[in-house]
Amino acid sequence: MAMPHLQQPDPAHPLPQNDTLPEDDRDQPLYKTRDKVYPKRVSGYFRNLKWFALITLLAIYWIVPWLRWDRGASAPDQAVLIDMDMGRAYFFFIEIWPQEVYYITGLLILAAIGLFLATSLFGRIWCGYGCPQTVWTDLFMLVERHIQGDRNARMRLDKSPWTFEKIWKIGATHLSWLVIAAATGGAFVLYFNDAPKVIADIFTGHASLGVYVTIAFLTFSTYLLAGWAREQVCTYMCPWPRFQSAMLDDESMIVTYEGWRGEPRGPIKRKNLVRGEVPEVGHCIDCYACFNVCPTGIDIRDGLQMECIGCGLCIDACNEMMDKVGFPRDLVRFDSVQNSQLRAHGKATNIRILRPRTIFYSVILVLVASVMAFGLLNRTTLEVNVLRDRNPIFVTLSDGDVRNGYTLKVLNKEQAAKTYILQIEGLDASDFQVIGLTPNQDGTFSLDVAPDRVGSFRVFVAANPETLNSESTPFEFSVTDPEDNVRETYDTVFAGPK
Amino acid sequence: MSTHVEKDQVSGHETTGHEWDGIKELNTPLPSWWVYVFWATIVWSVGYWVVYPSWPTATSYLTGMFETTNRTQLHETMANVAAERAPYMERLAALDLDEIVNDSELLNFSMAGGKAVFAENCAPCHGTGGSGNPGFPSLQDDDWLWGGTLEAVNETVHVGVRWDANEDTRFNDMPAFGRDEILEREDINDVVQYVLAFTGRETDKAAANRGAGVFADNCASCHGEDAKGVQELGAPNLTDAIWLYGGDAATITETVNNSRGGVMPAWGGRLDEETIKMLTVYVHSLGGGQ
Ligand code: SF4
Ligand code: SF4
Repeated sequence: MAMPHLQQPDPAHPLPQNDTLPEDDRDQPLYKTRDKVYPKRVSGYFRNLKWFALITLLAIYWIVPWLRWDRGASAPDQAVLIDMDMGRAYFFFIEIWPQEVYYITGLLILAAIGLFLATSLFGRIWCGYGCPQTVWTDLFMLVERHIQGDRNARMRLDKSPWTFEKIWKIGATHLSWLVIAAATGGAFVLYFNDAPKVIADIFTGHASLGVYVTIAFLTFSTYLLAGWAREQVCTYMCPWPRFQSAMLDDESMIVTYEGWRGEPRGPIKRKNLVRGEVPEVGHCIDCYACFNVCPTGIDIRDGLQMECIGCGLCIDACNEMMDKVGFPRDLVRFDSVQNSQLRAHGKATNIRILRPRTIFYSVILVLVASVMAFGLLNRTTLEVNVLRDRNPIFVTLSDGDVRNGYTLKVLNKEQAAKTYILQIEGLDASDFQVIGLTPNQDGTFSLDVAPDRVGSFRVFVAANPETLNSESTPFEFSVTDPEDNVRETYDTVFAGPK
Repeated sequence: MSTHVEKDQVSGHETTGHEWDGIKELNTPLPSWWVYVFWATIVWSVGYWVVYPSWPTATSYLTGMFETTNRTQLHETMANVAAERAPYMERLAALDLDEIVNDSELLNFSMAGGKAVFAENCAPCHGTGGSGNPGFPSLQDDDWLWGGTLEAVNETVHVGVRWDANEDTRFNDMPAFGRDEILEREDINDVVQYVLAFTGRETDKAAANRGAGVFADNCASCHGEDAKGVQELGAPNLTDAIWLYGGDAATITETVNNSRGGVMPAWGGRLDEETIKMLTVYVHSLGGGQ
């Protein structure tokens, strides 16, 4: 049974016999032109998983900016928004101020450890299913196939002269790619602006230059990377494949070819099958189905390779063939290297999820996640910072008292205007004043801070040097929110003469 | 393709044929588009030379297409800043000082703006943050030679002190009692002891008592009978803890002997009205404003 295969891969094996030094090495190619990959359509379990990932991830990307979340009049009602001008990031019920950027750091750490864990368990599933490069390339290939046809049709089209049919097919493909690319760039800016408003602005020409430049850049890069560069991004640009092997061990689930039962490969003699005889060849019928569907254009039978993104499409392709010829499935399978070897020796296999490596990653993951959850749950809505004047450290007043100056920053992280009560504790002050404010009856001050804003106040405290025990007397500012009964204090010192 | 391609026996990879101490270099060819990107960056740099100022010429340099220099960008930035400030500046011009201080937004704007202006113009004498230097008053304390209200500070900034070029300048002239031989040496010693007595620091009670008469005849006309100073005349209070030149006996003796006369430039006309208002609000906010 001969399957048509138009392109023979260059198998690295078998080893060459001739091992002589070249007399002249000027002919060595230093640059490699890209062999265009024409992945064939395939169906099966892994392809379905990939469709599911594609639809889910793209839906999230395009729908999320349109979700609304009511935060009252003082804040935007977009559920997920990074507001650069105001310096706020919103994620549903979470709001983050610039100085809380450690939450984002935490998120990135979680993402990294999560990636390590997933890789040590399941190989490059991020590459095969989750990475934007993969998702968009998959989408672009879908469009390409719908317009130009499957693998063989596309290869024929590329080789054919420029007829009208070729022009419109290629033209329509690139146009569709550009439309998708523009929608990709367009959706990105929605995360940084009020979505309905910025969409209207974009089409009426009122959006900012930054918005247009971002869209143009992302349109161009999406078109270039998903339309033209594709597997070149994974092979040459992306750093992840370079060090992913550090997370893998013999028990990681990866896409492998079971050489022990596939070899010796060779086309199957139909008569052998009919007669029910055991074929002398291995189960691999050398049909190249696995190679033809591979989006990175490699042959999985050469073993685990850097180019392999672990998409599993070759498994689907091979299973289809095995079903047709009546050999057992999973000649190319998603399993660990160890299990593959165990099977080769007829031993029982097992999948061990809990290994030192995965436990280690999980523990870190849980740790970082709990620290973050703790931080978020205990996030204060009121924060006080005090900067003490240092030039001069203190001022002598005409009555001999000394005075210290402070700049008080009160962060109101609630979506409501607040009036806080400011007082000092632990110091026998002779005078206490806030510039621009009149004191309350009891000598405290009422600080008004707008919703979701920082209030900045100049505070002066004076004391008689006789009452000070040392040149630096510790005391504290206390800021109370009488409504919510929240109190924040800030420890500082009062400086005086020796 | 090369005619003599050698393959590495372990990896099956082609080698470049280069060998060092038995270690052979595998040939891992670069994708050719990578090289095209390299060429593209070179082409890009040519565009860069055309658009931006680049090569020097014998007498000048290539100026670029759109006058995009750091200097024009700076001017643009400054113009943008001025445009952003304009609404505040208009309100500063329209409102008087009390109204500005009572508007928390303008108060903060003026304190920030005044701080920058102060650092550029006033800090060399009065110190950063107005902390003062010997002979140059601290603006943070509550002792004012010419008054510490918004209006008084504003006026002083406008007209300066002993600034001849301004006819309305703040002016007074303390006699040099010793140098001009107005008082005898003993009288000066007595009056210094008397002045020290205001803050309880005299060392010679008898001299201090004798000094009372000298003070009443020579000093009280400006510094007041009670020596608490007269702001209209710019005469300092001698009974408080603050001494512009120093409050020890030697320094006070020197002051009485030779007089003092600090000078401050008049800023009216040199700085625009809005800027002076910001400066006034800032100085007033430093802690001593009355
Ligand atoms: S070898 Fe298989 S798993 Fe790897 S990229 Fe190709 S099709 Fe996907
Ligand atoms: S591994 Fe499977 S799909 Fe690939 S050539 Fe062999 S039989 Fe065909």
